[in-house]
Amino acid sequence: MDYFLTEEQQMIREIAAKIATEKVRPVRAELDESEEFPWDIMKILAQSDLFGVYLPEEYGGSGGGVLENCLAIEEMGRACISVATTFAASGLGAYPILLFGTEEQKQKYLPPIASGEKLAAFGVTEANAGSDAGGIQTTAKRDGDHYVLNGTKQWITNAGEAEIYTVVAMTDRTKGARGASAFIVEKGDPGFSFGKKEKKMGLRASATRELLFNDCRIPADRLIGREGTGFIVTMKTFDVSRPGIGALGVGLSQGALDISVEYARKRVQFGKPIIAFQAVQHMLADMATETEASRVLVYAAARYIDSGAKDISKISAISKLYPTDVAMRVTTNAVQVLGGYGYMRDYPVEKMMRDAKILQIYEGTNQIQRNIIGQELNKEYGRIKETFF
Amino acid sequence: MHIVVCIKQVPDAKNVRIDPETNTLVRQGVDSIVNPHDWYAVEAALLLRDEYGGKTTVMTMGPPQAEEALRETLALGVDEAVLLSDRAFAGADTWATSLTLARAVEKLGPVDLVICGKQAIDGDTAQVGPGLAAHLDQPYTTYGRRLELVNGDQLRVERLTDFGYEVVQMALPAVVTVVREIGDPRMPGLKHKMRAKKLEIPTWGAVDLDLNPEEVGLQGSFTQVVKVFSPPPRSDREMITGEVEEQAEKLFNLLRAGKVPGL
Repeated sequence: MDYFLTEEQQMIREIAAKIATEKVRPVRAELDESEEFPWDIMKILAQSDLFGVYLPEEYGGSGGGVLENCLAIEEMGRACISVATTFAASGLGAYPILLFGTEEQKQKYLPPIASGEKLAAFGVTEANAGSDAGGIQTTAKRDGDHYVLNGTKQWITNAGEAEIYTVVAMTDRTKGARGASAFIVEKGDPGFSFGKKEKKMGLRASATRELLFNDCRIPADRLIGREGTGFIVTMKTFDVSRPGIGALGVGLSQGALDISVEYARKRVQFGKPIIAFQAVQHMLADMATETEASRVLVYAAARYIDSGAKDISKISAISKLYPTDVAMRVTTNAVQVLGGYGYMRDYPVEKMMRDAKILQIYEGTNQIQRNIIGQELNKEYGRIKETFF
Repeated sequence: MHIVVCIKQVPDAKNVRIDPETNTLVRQGVDSIVNPHDWYAVEAALLLRDEYGGKTTVMTMGPPQAEEALRETLALGVDEAVLLSDRAFAGADTWATSLTLARAVEKLGPVDLVICGKQAIDGDTAQVGPGLAAHLDQPYTTYGRRLELVNGDQLRVERLTDFGYEVVQMALPAVVTVVREIGDPRMPGLKHKMRAKKLEIPTWGAVDLDLNPEEVGLQGSFTQVVKVFSPPPRSDREMITGEVEEQAEKLFNLLRAGKVPGL
């Protein structure tokens, strides 16, 4: 399929694909087993300018947008979504600064993120606040020209490895979600530390830790936007980051499909390669169809967001929901196509199936995506005065 | 410091076969790639530039489409490129090739170091690097696995041998060929790739290098390829099986039947 990508977009895809094939694929099983943070690969991605593909040139990026980011993420995800998530999570940490930061904040924090010299991370989730961001208990209290943060963030991707954190804390608990504010916290800030590294079902090379704030004092100019806009910052950040999760789904599905078709052409049973059996053929056909449909959706959503459109919440949620549900199905079927081999750790689809599950959970569970889509439908149709009957 | 890297575009060995009728290489439908050993030369040059500063120029002699090979290496961050292309260059052996490259190095102005891959996978002669040094009247070292600048005007080379490595130090300007142990070539970068796409690459012919037609190409070559052929398939093999004593017995008898001296 030709998606009519620009020359620069094609280059991003080529570079990411080359790194994925030559540097990620050979080590993915080892990274999964050892749970080692992929610093070597992050350095290669930095050297290849991929961390800046979605950032403006004035901040050291190459001036692309969500689509450029998705292309890089997809190609890396084709080899390993642990590595691709580590990359994408830095973008998630950068988006609040890009979207709502002051000029000074952008000048200070975005160039090292664009060059890959520093990783970023985004911290919203807590033990009692996941889908319901209104339940955030971490507080930020103004004290002169500082804020003092207290509380614990949970399951934060890149925590401990990243240098720059965007964190949501309550500046006014009486106001619920409207009392939340977003801040930039740097590794090394007084009172800021990390919890133990979590052991996970999949995505094992990606680092997941707690962020611990114990009277963490940060200068007041670390506030992103105004006090009380933390929830808006979070929602708008997810609006532009979610197609990236969709892209992880597309890459993962493609990676599983690649292996499944290659295997089905070689595996001989009853005297024929199993791809000759319609039962297998139809499985592969469905996997290919859903993967391509996911890709079309992610690219279209990314292009729409990059056009500067404002009504992006629904399409953004759709572009996360569908490709990630597909990735779960496609990787499960990849294991089925490979049969006993598929279930063995010696073959890559077992890891792919374990990895796929997180895509339906993080950056808003797929149930929350359906809520967003449903609510947007209700609003959209509420505005229409005519009838369709 | 100005470093020149000489590369060669070669047929992708994975897809090459020899026509059994004509005994020639079947080049149709075979992709051209940068000679794999030359990537280590590119990496060696970039490592030196990263550490000591300066400029890197990549150069190749070949048909007009060899420009693609130059652009591939530019995507890794090489600064400049020159293509040596002329109908008169066709059919050059290692003498004519290294002479042509040497004239081009001289034309580039003061060059401190020329780096080549240890050999090309099509010709496998490993002669062009040393030949280049001879034409330039410069010292050279082959099979470098680590390069280090000493006092700004000397190159210390760890030279891979069958038994370990030798340390050779030579005065610059000089020529060195390098091996895989230099380190894997880096990945292309987006900014370099964008620049590589647009960079103007000069093409120099025999006239630009002040070379006469009889000095270059087939005319300037002392050797010619008379015949290319595949070695005949070896079918006279026998696997010896059985217990170890049994195998030894069979082998001994075979060797004796074959009149191996001393048996």
